[in-house]
Amino acid sequence: MAVSDADVLHVAALARLAMPADRVPALVRELNGILDHMAVLETVDVTSVGDDARTAMPRRDDIVGSVPLARPLAQFAPSPRDGFLLVPRLSTHSQLGATEGDE
Amino acid sequence: MSTAMETDVTAGFEMVVGLEVHVQLKTQTKAFCGCSTNFGAPPNQNTCPVCLALPGALPVLNARAVELALRVALGFGFTVNARSIFARKNYFYPDLPKGYQISQHDTPIAEHGRLDIGLLINGEPRVIGITRAHMEEDAGKSIHDRYESATAVDLNRSGVPLVEIVSEPEMRSPEEAGAYLRTLKQILLYLDISDCNMEEGSLRVDANVSARPFGQVRLGTKCEVKNMNSFSGVERALAAEFRRQCGVLVAGGSVQQQTLLWDGAKGEIRPARSKEGSSDYRYFPEPDLPPLLISDAELARVRETLPELPAARRARYAAMKLSEYDVQELTADPATGPFFEAVLALHADAKSVANWVNGEVRAVVNERDTAWDAMSLEPARLAALIDLVRDGVVSSSAAKKIFAQLLVSTDTPRAIAERDGLVQVRDDNALAGWVDEVLAEHPVEAARYAAGEKKLVGLLVGLVMKKSQGRADPKLVNQLLSSRATG
Repeated sequence: MAVSDADVLHVAALARLAMPADRVPALVRELNGILDHMAVLETVDVTSVGDDARTAMPRRDDIVGSVPLARPLAQFAPSPRDGFLLVPRLSTHSQLGATEGDE
Repeated sequence: MSTAMETDVTAGFEMVVGLEVHVQLKTQTKAFCGCSTNFGAPPNQNTCPVCLALPGALPVLNARAVELALRVALGFGFTVNARSIFARKNYFYPDLPKGYQISQHDTPIAEHGRLDIGLLINGEPRVIGITRAHMEEDAGKSIHDRYESATAVDLNRSGVPLVEIVSEPEMRSPEEAGAYLRTLKQILLYLDISDCNMEEGSLRVDANVSARPFGQVRLGTKCEVKNMNSFSGVERALAAEFRRQCGVLVAGGSVQQQTLLWDGAKGEIRPARSKEGSSDYRYFPEPDLPPLLISDAELARVRETLPELPAARRARYAAMKLSEYDVQELTADPATGPFFEAVLALHADAKSVANWVNGEVRAVVNERDTAWDAMSLEPARLAALIDLVRDGVVSSSAAKKIFAQLLVSTDTPRAIAERDGLVQVRDDNALAGWVDEVLAEHPVEAARYAAGEKKLVGLLVGLVMKKSQGRADPKLVNQLLSSRATG
């Protein structure tokens, strides 16, 4: 599977990234280089690797206690206000109030 | 009410609905970090390096979230996958700090469930297939109207554990969708896996709806409707979107796949943004999380903790010869049944207990918006009160007065009855005295009654009850009056 110019432009659009045309060929080469490497990795025989205790998902108890931030959030966020993080309003969601971010 | 024109637009078309229900799991902490999930905390207070996506932070799965997801799976008859995979669902939005949501894609924790939503006209059960239930984390919340020209982001919800329950597109009307949601919510509450509070966002519904001519097998182009904050809102939104799509088709157009937002205040649907196809999310396995393995032993342990579900409870109560109404009321929520049964253990007449629980007691619960077990009404005292009515110690109307006192006092029902003079008077002399007085005060009615107009007995009993301030035993009064008529 190889990445095309169109793929790069499509993914850039999804990520809301501006993509100058002269950057596309280089990105195509880089991404295809990564895919070539993945193709090499796929040749490794992993049939003997099962889902045993070493690879199963670790789980933690449901107890409140998170790793504290080294500095309060407001000190390193670019635009905090009243505890919120302000970002430029997206035109696609300017009509309603709170929205459910979950897709 | 539909207008004639609206009816014409939808005539000949069949509605096809599939629902995606996001359920917030009732955990203390988030899905992949130890941040609290408590609702209403100051903005961004419940955040840490993991849910803020700071470099180097790694997710560790909440064991309780898995347990609750398995309860969902078992409660709806899903097949549990012994090995499920978390994936990254990539999209760009300010309230998604990582730039991806950890979800499950092609290997969810559970598949192939079903939900019985009631009976068809022919008596057959109406069963809706449930495609899958998968675990995922929530995104943050974006508030667009708090500040001018800026969106306010609150990441307290970012990483809160969800189960998304995806139905097959098997519902054919807004009413069926409503029945599906109400039944689903009832079972989720019985399973005690979520608060299911739509106002607080712990239960959210997205609806996929399409229209096709009756008889056509192929599905029409679907649109997704979001932003509905009640089940009735879902029903209204589906009806509105179905009408819109039918209108497009009748006019010779074609429905464009899109995401729509429901405005409940205006009763309108409006476009949100173009729907990205699932491949645009560029799912790939989450490299920071190994496969989630569920053993038979773990599944068996969770199965042992499952409570009795509504259908089983309804069947058990129906076997007590209770009416359909009583059964539905007693099983409507998970808490009523245990209270009912606690009283029933002390007073064996199920119908009397059901009448009290569904009547006076429920009225108090609703009025106070309180939990059944938070009322200052022990089942034993209610049972004792019903005993007093059964034994003729107090009348039904007096029992209601005593009931009101039970809620503000710790006295026994009998003590309250004696204290407030509510014990029924069954003494023949006292009753005869009241009867004599009533007949003397109402000579016309007394004469008509004596002449054989028996229908007046109800009026006369009522007058005696009034004179006795509700204390006379109405049965004995009735007997006494009858004997006067024939004597």
